[in-house]
Amino acid sequence: MEFKDYYKILGVDRKASQDEIKRAYKKLARKYHPDVSKEPDAEARFKDINEAYHALKDPEKRKAYDQLGSQWKQGQEFHPPPGWESARQGFSAEDRGGFSDFFSEIFGAGGPGRGFHYEQRNFRMRGQDLHAAIEITLEDAFHGASRTLSLQAPDIDEQGHVRERTRQLNVQIPKGVREGQHIRLAGQGGPGMGGGQAGDLYLAVQFAPHPLFHAEGRDIFLELPITPWEAALGTRLSIPTLGGRVEMKIPPGSQSGRKLRLKGRGFPGNQQGDQYLILRIETPPANTEEEKALYRKMAETMPYNPRKVRGI
Amino acid sequence: MAENRMIPLGEILDESIELSLTDLAQRCSVQTEFVIAMVYEGVLEPQGSEPEEWHFAGQDLIRLRRALRLQEDLDVNLPGVALALDLLEELDDLRSRIRSLERQMFE
Repeated sequence: MEFKDYYKILGVDRKASQDEIKRAYKKLARKYHPDVSKEPDAEARFKDINEAYHALKDPEKRKAYDQLGSQWKQGQEFHPPPGWESARQGFSAEDRGGFSDFFSEIFGAGGPGRGFHYEQRNFRMRGQDLHAAIEITLEDAFHGASRTLSLQAPDIDEQGHVRERTRQLNVQIPKGVREGQHIRLAGQGGPGMGGGQAGDLYLAVQFAPHPLFHAEGRDIFLELPITPWEAALGTRLSIPTLGGRVEMKIPPGSQSGRKLRLKGRGFPGNQQGDQYLILRIETPPANTEEEKALYRKMAETMPYNPRKVRGI
Repeated sequence: MAENRMIPLGEILDESIELSLTDLAQRCSVQTEFVIAMVYEGVLEPQGSEPEEWHFAGQDLIRLRRALRLQEDLDVNLPGVALALDLLEELDDLRSRIRSLERQMFE
């Protein structure tokens, strides 16, 4: 298992006072709280910070931890020194998991994981609710999909010890789910204690960037490049949507930035979303003499000054 | 030890979900009194006038869970939780508007 440098995690000196440790913890907990922080590794950092504080806030635990010596480095392969088993006898097998194997090895059967106190207060033996973020494609959200997730979750072994385990889960993503929404999977959280009900799994949905579309709420946006003559004269184009290609009329006299609506082509649901096309006129390059001549001819035949229109 | 299980379809926690006071409390493993306190603090806004008639939406479940985590992990009191939630939601909203504006600028 990996050694955890609790002082380094909290960014404090090995000689730091209990007060300094508490202050460092409070500050980091606010910074990396997964509900507050947008750091990509906030969840893991927060867990480490909590574990470190849990080890160092208790003078007895801190003393035991300090006995391991200062030669260990964060992440180094760690084996407890001989006789450690007896040294840790003083610590009550507090409670459930949520902390690392390193913590369990040093202090016994783990410490409180987050979200547990409510259950304890009410004497409920329901399993822990788990929370994870999931990144899916727009297509998955539109059509629904099944995905396999790897979750680090507490589990109870035959001896009744709580251990962190990696669990593989197949998850069905319901169709029509939107960015920022949450999906609940009943009974897929941590196992209940003493025959109690299992907890639930909550997934926060994020969308992976898409090469063509982006979503805003129920609506889908597509930037559509067109030529000046298509914009001026109007045309019919085959447009990709998440539900397949559809024919769309581009009205004559369209300008760059014009927004056209494909009704009902957004996300499915009670209130069906729409797809919007944002027109962008691209200037065809004038490489050959013939092409240049054509542009000059246009300038002569249809003199137009867009700056004048805007008073520039 | 890895295990593989096929599990049923997830439930989207949106406005189509209707939860009673007891449902919500059970799903968050808290007492109904705690949920009632959250309502009086303005953290949750159920439909219906009396607690027995209250209906909460799926988003309320997420909001309550977030409130519980903040309270538990950061030792924030109820008005503090209410303030933090409002500010966090405003932040989410601003972030998504920035993303949208950036897209328009750089496209």
